[in-house]
Amino acid sequence: MRKVLRALALGAVLVFFLFPIFWIVLMSFQTNEQILRLPPSLLFTPTLANYRALISGHLVTAAGVLDITFLRNLGNSVLLSTASVLLSLLLGVPAAYAFARFRFRLGEDIAFTLLSFRFAPPLLVLLPLSLYFQDLGLNDTYAGLIWVYQLICLPLILWIVRGYFEDLSPDIEYAYQVDGHSWGQAFRRIALPLAGPGIAAAGLLAFIFAWNNFVFALILASADKQPVTVGALAFVTASGIQYGQIAAAIVLSILPTLALALYAQRWLVEGLSLGAVKG
Amino acid sequence: MTASAPTLPRPRSRRLARRALPYLLSLPALLVCIGILVPFFTAVWYSLERYNLAMPMMRSFVGPAQYLDLLTDPDFWQTVKVSFIYAAATVGIELLLGLGIALLLREQSRLNNVVSVVLLLPLMTAPAIASLMWKLMTNPNFGVLSWLVSLLGVHDFRWASDPRTAMFTVVLVDVWVYTPFMMILLLAGLRSLPRQPFEAAALDGVPAHFVFFRITLPMLSPYIITATLFRLLDSIQQFDIVYAMTQGGPGDALMLFQVRAYLDFFQYTNVGTSAALMVILWAITYLLSNLFIKQWLKLRERTHHA
Repeated sequence: MRKVLRALALGAVLVFFLFPIFWIVLMSFQTNEQILRLPPSLLFTPTLANYRALISGHLVTAAGVLDITFLRNLGNSVLLSTASVLLSLLLGVPAAYAFARFRFRLGEDIAFTLLSFRFAPPLLVLLPLSLYFQDLGLNDTYAGLIWVYQLICLPLILWIVRGYFEDLSPDIEYAYQVDGHSWGQAFRRIALPLAGPGIAAAGLLAFIFAWNNFVFALILASADKQPVTVGALAFVTASGIQYGQIAAAIVLSILPTLALALYAQRWLVEGLSLGAVKG
Repeated sequence: MTASAPTLPRPRSRRLARRALPYLLSLPALLVCIGILVPFFTAVWYSLERYNLAMPMMRSFVGPAQYLDLLTDPDFWQTVKVSFIYAAATVGIELLLGLGIALLLREQSRLNNVVSVVLLLPLMTAPAIASLMWKLMTNPNFGVLSWLVSLLGVHDFRWASDPRTAMFTVVLVDVWVYTPFMMILLLAGLRSLPRQPFEAAALDGVPAHFVFFRITLPMLSPYIITATLFRLLDSIQQFDIVYAMTQGGPGDALMLFQVRAYLDFFQYTNVGTSAALMVILWAITYLLSNLFIKQWLKLRERTHHA
């Protein structure tokens, strides 16, 4: 009896959390007529027309041919997320090491200031920033966005990687330095490789958060710099778009992060708990 | 970077370099973020000004007047009300649901591990995109959920486009996206609890509900508090899900803090009031984040020295 109840509960949980993804994937292979048919049916001849239209960039609608830039949005997402994470790693890993290994004046204050950026309402800085970006001509550049994306990536990387460095005993590094190696060599040859998994986990998580971000680009990016999250929304409101094409755009936007998540799930869980819990 | 031979140390300069090292290492990260502090102070300044982009000539310093205006503005209190309802509803439901699922998956088994991994997927979906997914499913013409609801005899259920059910709909999307986060934290917490008290209770034949309320829940409470504070902090600032679903509507049914600030700024070009709104929200999150960080550090200390 207990077993049956447990199985039923698990089944309900799985249906609730997976059905939306399943259904949208299904829709993305349907024509408008199939989507509009009631009751909805699981049996239909799948079509690739939606994906073909998105990838070719030409939507044939009743009102004529519509040009869309969804692939460009996808490319922007890849570029923005990758560049932001790389920059964050470059800046964040040495800083994380400093906070983990050295007790220095203001160290803890600086670390907390950096962490607090994670928790402040983004629009507080984004709205004035949008005016500055116009003045500085940054609103039409990737560089400006990548800089602001550091607000998402840097605190995350800093705090996860710091936790990993703190868990490493400093003795090996000291012994290596006593052997006549410089601090830099000890950092590169000992600390970095040992903290490798943590750095990878943090980078991965930062990538996913950067990819999923919506509001930064909504406010700061000009039309040709927008990532998929913003692009997909514009898509819905455009007239003449077919529902199957929206579904296909959704599938293409979430596929990369879902695939990454499944591939690296163990690291992800550790990273998500921000090192608070060692599961 | 080449090390001078250890037999010939230059103690003074070396010590100095050693002292400067942590600052040099953390400086680049700090500099990049300090650029963000400038707009922060600008926002505080704007909040003390009457400043509308459409009327630049009227721009003037008014001190706290804008905040006082907000306090007597029913629209502002609507924002406070819906923001707190949203935060309380989402976090409350996610906590209960997440705890329930974590308890279901507590034992390490192949099936349980697969389920807990698969449940990560909604969390990895961009919240704005998740809103679009639910929008397609609740479309009055072809949405599968609208159809299911009509099978249950509820006709004309209009989800996010009806002011009476709009809150329910966005809370549902939030629950879909963020319950897995609660579940992951609480599951990790559950699995890290010591086994002895539970084994002793089992030997003594203590009833299950007693074990849950007297042993599991108290031992898990640091994890529950940490996860709840973290989610509250995010939820009170929700923007993506609501903006993508209804842009704050219908009417002002979902005018959360950030949604209203966004519309104030871009639709009504009212820089001053949007800044004042954001400063108020920042004060709330500042309090919450201090609580969270304290709680989180305590938890970290405990798990690292356990």
